[in-house]
Amino acid sequence: MNAHSQTLTLPGPLLLDGGGELARVEVAYETYGDLNADRSNAILLCHALTGDQYVASAHPITGKPGWWERMVGPGKPIDTARFHVICANVIGSCMGSTGPASEASDGSAYAMRFPVITIRDMVRAHVGLLDALGIGTLHAVVGGSMGGMQALSLAANWPERASRVLVIASTSRHSAQNIAFHELGRQAIMADPRWNDGNYYGGEAPDNGLAVARMAAHITYLSEEALTEKFGRNLQDREAKSFGFDADFQVESYLRYQGSGFTRRFDANSYLYITRAMDYFDLAEEHGGKLADAFAGTASRFCLVSFDSDWLYPTSESRHVVHALNAAGAAVSFVELSAPHGHDSFLLDVPALDRVIGGFLG
Amino acid sequence: MSLRPDLAVIAAHVDPGSRVLDIGCGDGALMLALRDAGCDVRGIELDGACVERCVSQGLSVVQGDADRDLADYPDKGFDYAVLSQTLQTASRPDRMLDELLRVGTRAFVSFPNFAHWRTRAALMFGGRMPVTRAIPVSWYETQNIHHVTIKDFRELARAKGATIARDWYFAGERPVVRAGANSRAEFAVFELAR
Repeated sequence: MNAHSQTLTLPGPLLLDGGGELARVEVAYETYGDLNADRSNAILLCHALTGDQYVASAHPITGKPGWWERMVGPGKPIDTARFHVICANVIGSCMGSTGPASEASDGSAYAMRFPVITIRDMVRAHVGLLDALGIGTLHAVVGGSMGGMQALSLAANWPERASRVLVIASTSRHSAQNIAFHELGRQAIMADPRWNDGNYYGGEAPDNGLAVARMAAHITYLSEEALTEKFGRNLQDREAKSFGFDADFQVESYLRYQGSGFTRRFDANSYLYITRAMDYFDLAEEHGGKLADAFAGTASRFCLVSFDSDWLYPTSESRHVVHALNAAGAAVSFVELSAPHGHDSFLLDVPALDRVIGGFLG
Repeated sequence: MSLRPDLAVIAAHVDPGSRVLDIGCGDGALMLALRDAGCDVRGIELDGACVERCVSQGLSVVQGDADRDLADYPDKGFDYAVLSQTLQTASRPDRMLDELLRVGTRAFVSFPNFAHWRTRAALMFGGRMPVTRAIPVSWYETQNIHHVTIKDFRELARAKGATIARDWYFAGERPVVRAGANSRAEFAVFELAR
């Protein structure tokens, strides 16, 4: 569909939660649909950890369709015939917004000199983009997974910027298990000799480590039921086990494919920085330890959606946010949808999700 | 679509523009009527399919269990708390009533009256648990775990220090007068305050 790819340079340095600042910040973004005359029909879509701004347009490296094309487009639940949809690459990422692979002031890549950023820093860059676009109040901010964390952060820290806040398969804080899986991924990258303390730009990237990180993470995005249904104990292109360490099983072959495919489009250092930002995310901690205080006095309408097969960000995490919103007196909806695909359900064919999103956005 | 009689009574007697919490809001019929009256209305509903239908109509409904989740709502956050045809399904109706009057300045409660003459007759003459128009599900699969009569409810309200501001009684769609309602009404609606 018709998309506009643009890059904005923020007018000033971006102050960071970690204490430092980023001097020159570029934000790469896509827009779909027209902004109306009073600039009231904008929806900010926030992408997940390894997502990008190509929500409903072909990915420039892989050529694959946008990651939420089933949801975003004319006549779809997020209807670009009515709404102006903006999706920006988060800072720290590698698809055009400033990240560890970007040039620092000395002309070489930041690599590990890039500052550790937070979810709120990502949102601060989004707000800078909205300011530059002249968009005061969004019709809605929408996100799944890490995108949901950004939506919650925007609602808590810039409450006047979004009338509606839609948070799918997400959480207000990273759990010990979430952090543990991320640490596994980071250690896989750092254990790859090609990582070279992050200084691999211009040479060979730590693709083996990054692929292992992706394989581990990918398992957490699925469910046991989905894996069993899809692969069972089926063998890959062979009649019998090889008594070796090739990918005998289909599930092994699938994971290897996911891992190697990922390295074509993603930067290992970005993976380190973004997973760190997610691990640091604790919205209550930012607001004196009480999550309800993060939403005190909010006039936004909220909708949270979880999936019964999602064990990465289970329903209890969404309920935790809903309880806080109730305590704050906020207008909140919550529904746990039944879908077999685990955490990835929010990206897949779940008709009930389409109805909830369409209805909530109005 | 016309509202169920107890919901119609509630919709007609909530002050327009009020803040209302509908506990066990079902498919959102009352919420829609109250929204049309300019109320700020929220719902709690256990059934996921009902919640999905509500949210897809733009209503603010949280999927949850009223027995457990009412505790998250602040004191007097609402002008009205509504509990329609749900009291008899609560694990502790007495505590539920306390919670209603904590989160709402006023409360509407409707329930099927177990002392209706058909129910009495089914027990007295049939010797079986009643299955009637008002109580249509067999004992082994009904969600009604705490059957209650109009007299019982009045007594519970008194014991809880709640005053009955208004009351309405129905047999099917037809209103029934207060005198003799305990045997003639299939449903009752009470407006309570404390």
